[in-house]
Amino acid sequence: MRIGVVTFPGSLDDGDARRAVRLAGAEPVALWHADADLRGVDAVVLPGGFSYGDYLRCGAIASFAPIMGEVVAGARRGLPVLGICNGFQVLCESHLLPGALVRNDHQKFVCKDQRLRVESTATAWTSAFAAGAEITVPLKNGEGGFVADDETLDRLEGEGRVVFRYLGANPNGSLRGIAGIANERGNVVGLMPHPEHAVEEGYGPGTDGLGLFASVLGAGLAAVGA
Amino acid sequence: MSAPTAQGARTAGALDTVERAAATPEREQPWAELGLKADEYVRVRDILGRRPTGAELAMYSVMWSEHCSYKSSKVHLRTFGEHLTDEMKKSLMVGIGENAGVVDIGQGWAVTFKVESHNHPSFVEPYQGAATGVGGIIRDIMAMGARPIAVMDSLRFGRVDHPDTARVVPGVVSGVGGYGNCIGLPNIGGEVVFDPSYQGNPLVNALCVGALRHEDLHLANARGAGNLVVLFGARTGGDGIGGVSVLASETFEAGGPSKRPAVQVGDPFQEKVLIECCLELFHAGLVEGIQDLGGAGLSCATSELASAGDGGMLIHLDRVPLRDPSLSPEEILMSESQERMMAVVTPANLDAFLAVARKWDVEAAVLGEVTDGDHLVVQWHGETVVDVPPRTVAHEGPVYERPYARPASQDALQADAPSAGRLPRPSGGRELRATVLRMVASPNLCSRAWVTDQYDRYVLGNTTLATPDDAGVVRVDETTGLGVALSLDGNGRFAKLDPRTGAQLALAEAYRNVATAGARPLAVTDCLNFGSPEDPGVMWQFAEAVRGLAEGCEQLGVPVTGGNVSLYNQTGDRGLDSAVLPTPVIGVLGVLDDVSRRTPSGWREAGRNVYLLGTTREELGGSEWAWAEHGHLGGLPPAVDLEHEALLADVLVNCSRDGLVDAAHDLADGGLAQALVESVLRFGVGARVWLDELCERDGVDPFVALFSESAGRAIVAVPREEEVRFTDMCTARGLAHLRIGVTDTGSEGEEAALDVQGLFTVPVAELRTAHEGTLPAHFGA
Repeated sequence: MRIGVVTFPGSLDDGDARRAVRLAGAEPVALWHADADLRGVDAVVLPGGFSYGDYLRCGAIASFAPIMGEVVAGARRGLPVLGICNGFQVLCESHLLPGALVRNDHQKFVCKDQRLRVESTATAWTSAFAAGAEITVPLKNGEGGFVADDETLDRLEGEGRVVFRYLGANPNGSLRGIAGIANERGNVVGLMPHPEHAVEEGYGPGTDGLGLFASVLGAGLAAVGA
Repeated sequence: MSAPTAQGARTAGALDTVERAAATPEREQPWAELGLKADEYVRVRDILGRRPTGAELAMYSVMWSEHCSYKSSKVHLRTFGEHLTDEMKKSLMVGIGENAGVVDIGQGWAVTFKVESHNHPSFVEPYQGAATGVGGIIRDIMAMGARPIAVMDSLRFGRVDHPDTARVVPGVVSGVGGYGNCIGLPNIGGEVVFDPSYQGNPLVNALCVGALRHEDLHLANARGAGNLVVLFGARTGGDGIGGVSVLASETFEAGGPSKRPAVQVGDPFQEKVLIECCLELFHAGLVEGIQDLGGAGLSCATSELASAGDGGMLIHLDRVPLRDPSLSPEEILMSESQERMMAVVTPANLDAFLAVARKWDVEAAVLGEVTDGDHLVVQWHGETVVDVPPRTVAHEGPVYERPYARPASQDALQADAPSAGRLPRPSGGRELRATVLRMVASPNLCSRAWVTDQYDRYVLGNTTLATPDDAGVVRVDETTGLGVALSLDGNGRFAKLDPRTGAQLALAEAYRNVATAGARPLAVTDCLNFGSPEDPGVMWQFAEAVRGLAEGCEQLGVPVTGGNVSLYNQTGDRGLDSAVLPTPVIGVLGVLDDVSRRTPSGWREAGRNVYLLGTTREELGGSEWAWAEHGHLGGLPPAVDLEHEALLADVLVNCSRDGLVDAAHDLADGGLAQALVESVLRFGVGARVWLDELCERDGVDPFVALFSESAGRAIVAVPREEEVRFTDMCTARGLAHLRIGVTDTGSEGEEAALDVQGLFTVPVAELRTAHEGTLPAHFGA
């Protein structure tokens, strides 16, 4: 399986996402923001970072990059797309996912090992987890507060599209403790925490993050964090 | 390359050309306002055989400043060279003098690392001052051909509860974080210290480490007549010009810019793309020489590149892409706009070079070329405004033999030892328990998480240890696991009591920290932060510290590869009392052949035996206990025994290599008590500790055992099955070792705790509350 990782100017965790793909057993494919070409990949990761410096709203400029036209079209066809941190922000700006990410309520950047509950395993990126699994992956962002209107939040909850929820103290003021969500079809998932930083023993808090990549591989790996 | 160039339409004849300078020798020039001394100005005239033009005056004034020329420190810094042995040179690929030193770490890999200060800008504008400090040191590393792989920062502020500290701390921390996080470099450690001497003079020292293959090493020089000089990166604006605006407003008529902001403004996004662009240029072999633009901007880059090369250089200053088209030639030469680099490129490679720059949306402009002359010539719309021998600007600045003398107050300071009669000491379990809880919550010993949680330590995926571990450890080679460990340490109080010993204690601590993590210490970088060199007492502190450091490095066999001197960290007119504590900050780099062997600072499991390595003497002079509990600073600092430090380090590295210990933690500020508390809090596993044997062996009481800051000590957690091998090794090597406890998760239904038997018990939760509450209470949760 070939999984594309998009590099925008200012992407930072693109190399880490490619490593995670490789460690999960897939072939990472570097995709360039300025090329409107997905190079035939089977799934796409939009990595963390500060695309174009994020001097406008986070992810706002990246959502207009030539490659994003292809990503949006692919997502509508059912291509699995994972947006991590800045990638989640890009997915919201591209209207592939509802809501928005705003400045953390405490106004500071936060980097910590974060416990999460996997609320839905009915997505392309979480099918390898056991229902209700509790996992630990790093969280690191300055604008990670998930917001949406009540109606949208109710719909997300009602349709089982809240995919990850923060456990313990809410780290950034996200409404209803939401850490990640999916689109209706379940092929597009965005989350603020960084599963690609929890894929190797000794380099982050364990290997819980591998579960997302194992899910899209559909390799039938043992359920993670059960 | 379609940037607006500077206004060509200045009043004709206002431009101070070389021709005009020669014709008007009597013209008054603002050399004093630019910071030159009268004799320095005379010397510039002697070198040129005429008065300098405005642009030349600007260049000399900034390049001959203390910051760029090291004119007060140079005579002392030579000491490092005198103490550099052949043995120390073995792993040194590039030594002091280049943008950063380069060290061979084996397997075809090299690392380059350096610490630099950005103290004054961080006081004026904490966020941008700190941010551009990080940005500047990263470009130094890039200029060696390396990929930056991690940063660290050593921060010193005034009193934790002073109103201005509440302005400076959040700004500096978010500036360090804002820049490092946005550029994608993990922050793997450093220091945060509070002391009233830093109130008007915070110290912001930033370190960057980069990795490169041996063949990718690049040096900053301009060789080969006809090769092109290319400026690339951000456009040049009016930031960081400072005093040079005096010139501009004098030389030019109304309509030009007035005073410019003296603090630079950083753009980490621009620097991130500049890093990727540079690395692609290096790998494609498109660069002959490279230089970053930092302090003194184009003045520094052109004069340093030209003087390190084999010819001259011609620069067309009107080709510099500008953010502000009203800038004068002097201002363009002086601007410290960030995120700029200068490369020397062969004409044949130019198109390929520009194509890479375009790919990364990095603006590039060919400013001129290397010439076969021996002068640096700068033209402005065809008229020559600078014509100088570049070495006289970059390397042949004034050198001062500043007078220095041991301050008269030093004897009284050293005589004021924290004896039992002078400072009341806690005794008995109840008092010791309360003291431990107050100490772990004190500003200099409390948890740094409020700071470090604002830094990304994970990006790049190679970080395996970071604060609160003793050293930061990052993997360099993903295939073999080869990696480096770094620690950055200083202790201004020790250096105040005895600068020579203080510098060696800082060196010893950083050296020990790196070894504690399991890495073999290899090389040193230093940032020497002192007060005014015009004060003989400060100069004495400086000279003593440099001597101590140079001798210490020779004894440990680790070379100083580069660093930075920051003087004039002083406010007010109280002489030596207005200066910051003399603060040499020492960075030690070590290597691990396989970072999976690294040793964390806390224990994860119960049932490990806790050993104390080294011996404890009553050494409380300059200690955190004397300061935090009594506001006292006096006596002598702990003794240094570098032979012992080398032995301890060797044992710690062997323990890591052979898997004999699960955890190791160095003893430093706060002594054994602090080390035990930190080891317990790291993973929440408690310990039972007994002090009787230690007190008997070393002839100390429990208070001294817990709070003395004797150097050369560490605690390790040894699995039972390795105990014999471990103790045999210590015995064979002659290293004092004593079992002082055992790790313990607490029995059924009981909370984990630090239990100092016969004296006191503190549950982990209570320790954590005390340790972690202080900084959020002062600076907001």
